[in-house]
Amino acid sequence: MLEQAILSRRTLLKVGALAGGGLAITATMPMVARAATGSAAAEPAVLNAFVSITPDNVITIVGKNPEIGQGIKTMLPMLIADELDADWAQVRVVQGDSDARKYGPQIAGGSFATPMNWMPMRQVGAATRQMMVAAAAGRWGVDAAGLKTELGKVIEISSGRSATYGELASEAAKLTAPEPASVKLKDPKDFHIIGKAIGGIDSPRIVRGEPIFGVDTQLPGMVYAAYERAPVFGAKLKSAKLDAVKALPGVLDAFVIEGKGGAEQLVDGVAIVANNWWIANRARRELEIEWDTGEWAGHSTKGYNDAARKVMAEGKPQEVFATAGDIDAAFASAAKVLDAEYAYPFLAHAAMEPMNCTAVRHPDGTLEMWAPTQNPQPGHAGVAQMLGIGQDKVKLHITRMGGGFGRRLTNDFMHQSAAIADKMPGTPVQLIWSREDDVRSDFYRPAGWHRLRAALDADGKVIGFDDHFVTFAITGGQYNPAAMSPTEFPARFVPNLRYGQTKLDTRVPMGALRAPTSNAMAFVMQSFLDEMAHASGKDLPTLLLEIIDGGAEEPATQGFTGRTPGFNPARMRGVMERVMANSGWGKPRAEGRAQGFGFYFSHQGYFAEVVEASLTTRGQVQIHDVWAAGDVGSTIINPFGALNQVEGSIIDGLGQAVALAIEIEGGAVSQSNFHDYQLPRIAFTPRIHVDWVKTDYAPTGLGEPALPPVIPALTNALFKLTGKRVRSLPIDPKLFV
Amino acid sequence: MAYTVNINGQDRELDVPGEMPLLWALRNELDMVGTKFGCGVGLCGACTVHVDGTAARSCSTPVSSLAGKKVRTIEALAETPTGRALQAAWLDEDVMQCGYCQAGQLMTATALLDRNPSPSAQQIDTAMAGNICRCACYTRIRDAIAMAAEKGTANA
Repeated sequence: MLEQAILSRRTLLKVGALAGGGLAITATMPMVARAATGSAAAEPAVLNAFVSITPDNVITIVGKNPEIGQGIKTMLPMLIADELDADWAQVRVVQGDSDARKYGPQIAGGSFATPMNWMPMRQVGAATRQMMVAAAAGRWGVDAAGLKTELGKVIEISSGRSATYGELASEAAKLTAPEPASVKLKDPKDFHIIGKAIGGIDSPRIVRGEPIFGVDTQLPGMVYAAYERAPVFGAKLKSAKLDAVKALPGVLDAFVIEGKGGAEQLVDGVAIVANNWWIANRARRELEIEWDTGEWAGHSTKGYNDAARKVMAEGKPQEVFATAGDIDAAFASAAKVLDAEYAYPFLAHAAMEPMNCTAVRHPDGTLEMWAPTQNPQPGHAGVAQMLGIGQDKVKLHITRMGGGFGRRLTNDFMHQSAAIADKMPGTPVQLIWSREDDVRSDFYRPAGWHRLRAALDADGKVIGFDDHFVTFAITGGQYNPAAMSPTEFPARFVPNLRYGQTKLDTRVPMGALRAPTSNAMAFVMQSFLDEMAHASGKDLPTLLLEIIDGGAEEPATQGFTGRTPGFNPARMRGVMERVMANSGWGKPRAEGRAQGFGFYFSHQGYFAEVVEASLTTRGQVQIHDVWAAGDVGSTIINPFGALNQVEGSIIDGLGQAVALAIEIEGGAVSQSNFHDYQLPRIAFTPRIHVDWVKTDYAPTGLGEPALPPVIPALTNALFKLTGKRVRSLPIDPKLFV
Repeated sequence: MAYTVNINGQDRELDVPGEMPLLWALRNELDMVGTKFGCGVGLCGACTVHVDGTAARSCSTPVSSLAGKKVRTIEALAETPTGRALQAAWLDEDVMQCGYCQAGQLMTATALLDRNPSPSAQQIDTAMAGNICRCACYTRIRDAIAMAAEKGTANA
């Protein structure tokens, strides 16, 4: 999937060429026109799909990927601007609309953006720079070899004369673009923007409260919609009485929407429309709807737990998906056998900006949308398909988002918004979900259960490892966010191994939550490995280093969860050693405190983390310090954004560990808002010490890999402190009192 | 029924039900969308405004309760020296990730520094306890408030 999504080096400039005939695009892109001042003199020259420059030397760079707070609208333009030799102060960034032809892949997910764009975006910048140099050479009648660039200017080295990019842009735009592969990129030591801590490009607007998020979209004549759907997953609408609702003051209309496709497209429901969302939402309490809940109303967390425990006790997985050696012989000859069950709950994403989307069906039949989506291209195609119109008839603007965490990879809210707008041609309508809708209509991190067994020989060496994973059958063609990789660590490093799984039925919609699979697997595996370490009188780092001893770098393969492509034991060792040194690992701690360790490799990033924790007398977890060492390659592109991602991931993981669970009762979600889904607050925040291990690999992403290891680092610390092993999340304080 | 509410120094007419929360009057009646909807029940602080200088949750403040009171929103935060100092500190510290909760964070922080110009670390945590940041930019929120307090508002 990753490889399919990676842009060929040719594609980027070629798509620009397709859009307008060579790179000398004469037709001004609409987005750029809006950014321009309006005077003819300031009309920008469009160099390619990503860069346009006004005569007064303002460089506008398109940020193509959706911004959810991961900093990509700042970071991708930094790559272009550095190779372009622009002055960051002269750069403006605009968000690109959904347009695969022009921009290639546009997705906020999988920590993909850095590895996918590191080279292509730099090539865009370098190619544009080369065109500036060629334009100056042409104007002055000199050899390009005698010219250099610096902070938005071309300078003749011998004479010192110079021209700004703004002065050269219209001439440069008439030149043939160079082959991206032929363009010389900078030596990293010459970077002047990459590697510098650069503030978020939208932050000045945000501190002033300017409209910038999806839900801030305002259009003339716009109305607001609330959407009532069945609380029970999989239920169908039987009947709805709408007269009482329609009669309420302020309500403009109410109508039934018939579902189409699965939960990730359009579920049955009733839309209520008003001039004020509060009026529309409040009117929901007057609705009388009969739902057909089918068999699904009988589903519950307790039922899933009971079923999982039963199949784990029976010990016969439906399928075995990874084996090595002779697992039965290993256990028969073991000096010591460990056997433990682990479990973790469903989780919601709870992004701060509730799901919303604005749409208008224009009189000409086209649909225009303003969508806070992490995954615009499938949403774009899906909405067009639902309405039975060509994708070119749907214009999709990507808005900044108040968080994503994977929730906005699924575009159900876009389908709802489009279906409502379709019933009200000519009227712009903004669909907003309540927080309760958001918590109860998510695509949840799947709950899961593992029965793990380990066989140790007389020297404490791991000779056998067995996991029976109980998960859910994913129906309806959903992406499977629970898929356990056959290469999940310690596979490949243990001589005798078996991974099997059994799948339970459910209608609970499931999806990717930040570090999908890894966010649960790290807890399970690194905790059980810690059990194994203690059973053989070692600490976890010692055991891990023994297990990987002599292991070679794995060749790159496809896939992006768990042990992602190209796992390299040497890089694992590097971050482990760094975090042990930084945290004072193994040294005595203050009375009542203990440190725990966790390592995980996901999304191509290596993170080792140490948590220092204590417990109150009531068993409440207190976290004092977290040390993290990460290896995401050669370059931290934006140290500001990078640190923010790591700190955020760590607090996110710790919050999941101590407090978060979504429970199913009667086929519906029990939780509803922040009183019973308690996100971390400021006082919970520990001191966080982040360090980078730089290695000679191309940089990779940071949206996710720092999260998984912090959970076992915490639970392993609590074991060291109390001798009590946390085998189920969230942590139950009763375990410690 | 029509209500008159003083918002950012201007009397604004609102012909809405009196129980309509200020948040939705701001966002959907006055097109002032800087104040954010997060939970609707006063649990997250994204909708924080000032009512007579005190931080208040606009999602739980009925329009009818505001007669004779002065409301300030994020759109007018820069009109106060404390607000300007905090906005600058927020940018210097690069506090935010998604930024959605930050209007509420800034309003709460401004109310804090207006009544306590040099809060302790503990007092910062206590004052900010009602504001959730889902991205968990909490270390920087702490640092930015401390920095603004230290620098003061003399040059803000």
